[in-house]
Amino acid sequence: MRYLPLSPQDRAAMLAQIGAPSVDAFYDDVPDAARLDGPIRGLPNHQGELAVERRLSALAARNRTASDGPFFVGCGAYKHQVPATVDHIIQRSEFLTTYTPYQPEIAQGTMQTLFEFQTQVAELTAMDVANASMYDGSTACAEAALMACRVTKRRRVVLSGGVHPHYAAATHTLCAAQGIEVVILPPLVDGEDELIEALDDETACVIGQSPNVFGTVTDLSEISAAAHGKGALMVSVFTEAVSLGLVPPPGEMGADIAVGEGQSIGNPLNFGGPYVGLFACTQKLMRQMPGRLAGETVDADGKRGFVLTLSTREQHIRRDKATSNICTNSGLCALAFTAHMTLLGGVGLKRLAQLNHEAACALADALEGVDGVEILTPRFFNEFAFRTPINAEAALAMLGERGILGGVRASRLLPGGDMADVIIAAATECTTQEDIAAYADALAEVV
Amino acid sequence: MSTKYTKDHEWITLDGDTATVGITAYAAEALGDVVFVELPESGKAFKQGDDMAVVESVKAASDVYAPVSGEITEVNDALTDAPETVNEAPEAGGWFCKIKLADLAELDTLMDAAAYAAHCAAEG
Repeated sequence: MRYLPLSPQDRAAMLAQIGAPSVDAFYDDVPDAARLDGPIRGLPNHQGELAVERRLSALAARNRTASDGPFFVGCGAYKHQVPATVDHIIQRSEFLTTYTPYQPEIAQGTMQTLFEFQTQVAELTAMDVANASMYDGSTACAEAALMACRVTKRRRVVLSGGVHPHYAAATHTLCAAQGIEVVILPPLVDGEDELIEALDDETACVIGQSPNVFGTVTDLSEISAAAHGKGALMVSVFTEAVSLGLVPPPGEMGADIAVGEGQSIGNPLNFGGPYVGLFACTQKLMRQMPGRLAGETVDADGKRGFVLTLSTREQHIRRDKATSNICTNSGLCALAFTAHMTLLGGVGLKRLAQLNHEAACALADALEGVDGVEILTPRFFNEFAFRTPINAEAALAMLGERGILGGVRASRLLPGGDMADVIIAAATECTTQEDIAAYADALAEVV
Repeated sequence: MSTKYTKDHEWITLDGDTATVGITAYAAEALGDVVFVELPESGKAFKQGDDMAVVESVKAASDVYAPVSGEITEVNDALTDAPETVNEAPEAGGWFCKIKLADLAELDTLMDAAAYAAHCAAEG
């Protein structure tokens, strides 16, 4: 057989087979506005390699990276220091190149790191069992909602207005397509408790976040108790894994499922991804958990070894009744998480969390000193929302001109939220006193 | 009454208007070592042929279907901690649940022991 795919004859044969008169007719369902009607505008036809490199380098130079100056952007992606050791470990070829590294015969090292990752996530969240990771925090949240529906055999999930809007959107996308009712409560800086009122006998789970998207730390215990009283599950979300070094973990607040983003530990901002979703639950729910799970066992000689386990949950065995269509994990990001967490240890994580909280307190104190600034978040870890005397978009643009990336405007995440003058700002161990002083001085100039 | 069988390898024994249900020795043997049984909830109603339970072995996960329509009155919770009972005594201690039958006539749609043995031989 010749290997020259997609000849005009091939196309004609395929179109005839599916009954479409032309390729354009095949794409009929795509709205005109989303279709390309000719060459991409502004893109020259072709140029030499040197010219292309020159042009792209000039474009790249216009980017401002998180390390180029004072940086206070958070809202689900945090700039933390990643020790050089982490990069060294994940770039070892045994780890870096082993795609689908689940064969126990040849991948004991990778399987062991996944097992250790799971152990760390279970300890971090104070849950019984964690899987080998999900794509990111938002898809982990969506999978938790689907899992709650399987467990309770109910078809309604409720998210607080403090859940990161991207997580809520991902959850809506996956659930709505399966006919599950998704209720997203109005955004509130300090309103996780509203979940209690929204519970009913049809609710599969309530999904609350702490610290929430406005940075507010909330004890979710009462919400858990109320959910359990109605036969619903409690899903506890976090976007900042480092917070768990200081705030009570989901497992201590009665959560049945804990999900979150693990980027903060071991992973740089990576232009917004890839990230690593953390997913943990109680032992009782283990068989309804999505995703891969590495387990410890013994080999034929009685030696310690590692294999994928509880695979009957998964697609290759359970087909359409699998718990999820994820049959992979964010292996390299999970390895980075494991390497960093191993370096930190429990004490190191707590110390790191303290540094973050202290930096955020210093930032809040400094910004509060600016005329007209009001801190909105009542209890925070390393991130908080504040009101500026002027429009937040304008304020952030003027701060940007002064070299300061001052945070995320709330109206960008919550366009309908009546929050045009609200900025959400984060500080981490990377934030210096000079950064904070520069922010406060610049903000005082622009407002 | 005597025990009846389904083509999907469930057995059912009637006692009054309530029947005990499990999977057959043939099914247990074919599945291999059973490691987990997901039982239905007591009080839940099923129609004949509905997915009622799940049995997982080291080799596969299989659905267990309701052999008759009715309501679950009792489940064998002992299987949660000792799923191997399904292999050891599939048609005795390894029972799954008890069903209060909605329609006794449905039993007539099932096979007797001789017909089931022939069915297994044909599958074999």
